[in-house]
Amino acid sequence: MASYELNVNGKNYTVDVDADMPILWVLRDTLGLVGTKYGCGISQCGACTIHLDGTAARSCGIPVSKIEGKKITTIEGLSKDGSHPVQQAWIEHDVPQCGYCQAGQIMTASAFLKDNKSPSDEDIQQAMSGNLCRCGTYLRIRKAVKTASKNS
Amino acid sequence: MTIKTDRRSFIKVSTAAGGGLMLGFTWVACKPEAEHAIALAMPEEWYDVNAFLKIGDTGLVSIMSPNPEIGQNVKTSMPMIVAEELGVDWKDVIVEQAALSKDFDRQVAGGSQSIRKSWDSLRNAGATAREMLISAAAEKMEVDARECTVDKGIISHSSGKSVSFGEVASMASKQEVPTQVSFKDPSAYKIIGTDRRNVDGKNIVQGKPLFGIDTRKEGMMYASVLRPPSFGQTLETFDDSAAKNVKGVTEVIRFGDKIAVLGNSNWAAIKGKKSLKAIWKKGESLENSADHDAAMKQILKNAKGESLRKDGDVAKAFKEADSILDRTYEAPFLPHNCMEPMNFMASVEGEKCYAEGPIQTPEWTQNRIATATGLKPENVEIKLTRMGGGFGRRLYGDFAEEVAQISQKAGVPVQLLFTREDDMTAGTYRPASKYRIQAAVKDGKLTAYKLTEAAMNSNMYGLIAHFFPAGCVDNYEVVAGKVESNITTGAWRAPYTNFLGFAEQSFFDELAAEMKIDPVQLRLDLLENVKGTTDENIEYSGERMQGVIKLAAEKAGWGKAKDGVYQGFSAYYSHNTHVAEVAEVVLEDNKPVVKKVYCAVDCGIVINPLAAKNQIEGGIIDGIGHAMFGDLTFEKGSPSASNFDRYRLIRNIEAPDVEVHFVENVLSPTGLGEPSLPPAGGAVANAIAAATGDRFYKQPFIQYKDVIG
Repeated sequence: MASYELNVNGKNYTVDVDADMPILWVLRDTLGLVGTKYGCGISQCGACTIHLDGTAARSCGIPVSKIEGKKITTIEGLSKDGSHPVQQAWIEHDVPQCGYCQAGQIMTASAFLKDNKSPSDEDIQQAMSGNLCRCGTYLRIRKAVKTASKNS
Repeated sequence: MTIKTDRRSFIKVSTAAGGGLMLGFTWVACKPEAEHAIALAMPEEWYDVNAFLKIGDTGLVSIMSPNPEIGQNVKTSMPMIVAEELGVDWKDVIVEQAALSKDFDRQVAGGSQSIRKSWDSLRNAGATAREMLISAAAEKMEVDARECTVDKGIISHSSGKSVSFGEVASMASKQEVPTQVSFKDPSAYKIIGTDRRNVDGKNIVQGKPLFGIDTRKEGMMYASVLRPPSFGQTLETFDDSAAKNVKGVTEVIRFGDKIAVLGNSNWAAIKGKKSLKAIWKKGESLENSADHDAAMKQILKNAKGESLRKDGDVAKAFKEADSILDRTYEAPFLPHNCMEPMNFMASVEGEKCYAEGPIQTPEWTQNRIATATGLKPENVEIKLTRMGGGFGRRLYGDFAEEVAQISQKAGVPVQLLFTREDDMTAGTYRPASKYRIQAAVKDGKLTAYKLTEAAMNSNMYGLIAHFFPAGCVDNYEVVAGKVESNITTGAWRAPYTNFLGFAEQSFFDELAAEMKIDPVQLRLDLLENVKGTTDENIEYSGERMQGVIKLAAEKAGWGKAKDGVYQGFSAYYSHNTHVAEVAEVVLEDNKPVVKKVYCAVDCGIVINPLAAKNQIEGGIIDGIGHAMFGDLTFEKGSPSASNFDRYRLIRNIEAPDVEVHFVENVLSPTGLGEPSLPPAGGAVANAIAAATGDRFYKQPFIQYKDVIG
């Protein structure tokens, strides 16, 4: 085990974990931030998406040892009270069915909208195609991202 | 008025009305979970009026959602029905997820039956409470109860006097339970039929702990289980010395042919599991999909199996036919791939077990845990979490049974999580199946229809044989045969019909071409024959089926598509709901692309249109996705994929637009979690056939590379 300094949602933490432990499990099992979800463990489904220095990243594939010095934002830190425009748009369009993948979808969308303020429909579909949803809420996800882009 | 607290009278009432027992009920601490801003203050005192609801001294109403929430949105729609009959403003309602309890009937998420089967008991709970509030209010205001009305949490007398729910909540809870209540006329509905957002929406978008995987308990260890890599294999021996050296691993436990690694994090448990060295016994029967295919084809060839329905003289009709259409359709196994992999938490202490997690069948699981641990079922407590999907996989509590056994051996609370690989390789798969459909045509009419099924283990059950076109064709026969397999199979979203819907609806398209009739007209004509049927086995309605077919055709502009747009039609009845769909395909670089699906649905009263549309959209996208890409085969008992790198699910950019229309009526509501899925693959296949001339007989469609690229 080794000691790592982490900055998560603006707070500093010191964690004693194995160097190869993916940041996903550090967040969930060490820090108790369970909003970030496990889906596949191989960066294919997007359920574990977080922001590293503001950029979307798959937390299941990044070992804790590679992340020091970077600012981590999780779904819990996107806003204090669910007021981020993407979260609000998700509520407005009543996007979730089971809801499990939605934290990852929201983290992908919020990072994407930072880089692309007025995306086309195709831009949105491309950007959101890395996140799987078995319930099939893709249409509402598109609408919510569009709405959020106008309200951001 | 005599004030009684005899609750047994309520039991009689609600049992007679079809549900809602409330024996020995105790309220747990109420957690506000509504997505909306609560207008009223949190009460200091709550008064339980019946098992489904309690009313606070501020007038806030807490409604229990009895059934497991799987993403079908019952946690919002079931309390809406109670609230409607009660006469409360929806903004003054908070919702709580019920645990497994004898207070409620059928706490199951499955078969799209939650709303349909609880419609009466939910209305009864609300209406009974409303009458008790009126009685209390009349007593307090010293007026005649028959002159009182209820709206938005206020009981008003014709004189102008009024009291709020909060003011009479205590008194109401002590009122005699009415033996007879009347339900509101649908024309008076204020909540049912209106768009209401998911009560957990705000929590979901903030990543609050709602799901099974988020369950935590003091002293809880995380477990990962190594299972035989192939169906048919068993464990001979194993070496856990390396696993035990993994940091954070606390214990390794063998149970049966499985080995559990426990650790202080999921990562420790997963890493420990990877370090196990297991030696597996060579199985006696390691199965291959190629052998399954051959055995199923043999069944179809000989039409060998159980006769599920037989009308008229099919053989004679085929002998006398002018022409015969004979087609075979084939589908692979499918894993469920819930986005939340299987997991459960159990804490066995002495003679008791506390278990918490995502499960569609809590009562069955209670019994499974009891059997596996030797505990009494009544000593197994089950708390329900939100489920990150189910699709039938969470009907089977094998993972709950496993974790209870592990906790019992380890003596600590344990949460078991399947890795994605565990989830995909230790499944209860949709059985691979094949259908042969034969039709006889004489003098331009369909004279015989024969459906033969061949499925791994089993698939179709008796009811399906009475679906359309049963009752529409004089000579009709359904035969179902099976091939026994050691690969575990079970229900998968729209079980039995998820593939049959595609096969039959593809067949009807070809049949219409054979008969030189429009495919919509062919269906409408056939459905004329079932109207007024006295056959009790036939539960679909000719009129309602025609209704959705006409509505879908009208909304899609059937037969009037723009140049370059090709349409495909499909209509299917399943899970008590009638659905018709029109898919539109265009050619891009000469390859068909699905652009849009129009869908018409008759599910009776639509409780929550906003959420109902979500279910329909999702079912169609899920149906198309699996028809296009879903594929799992077996070689030497081992599945062909174990994660999303080799198993393809539909992605955002591949999803067509969906336009949903509901038939407006006031018939009792039916479910929506499944019925839009079975017709989706057929609508797409028929549209692709219209665009390219190529017919698909096998799923997934991606194997037709020369057609779809």
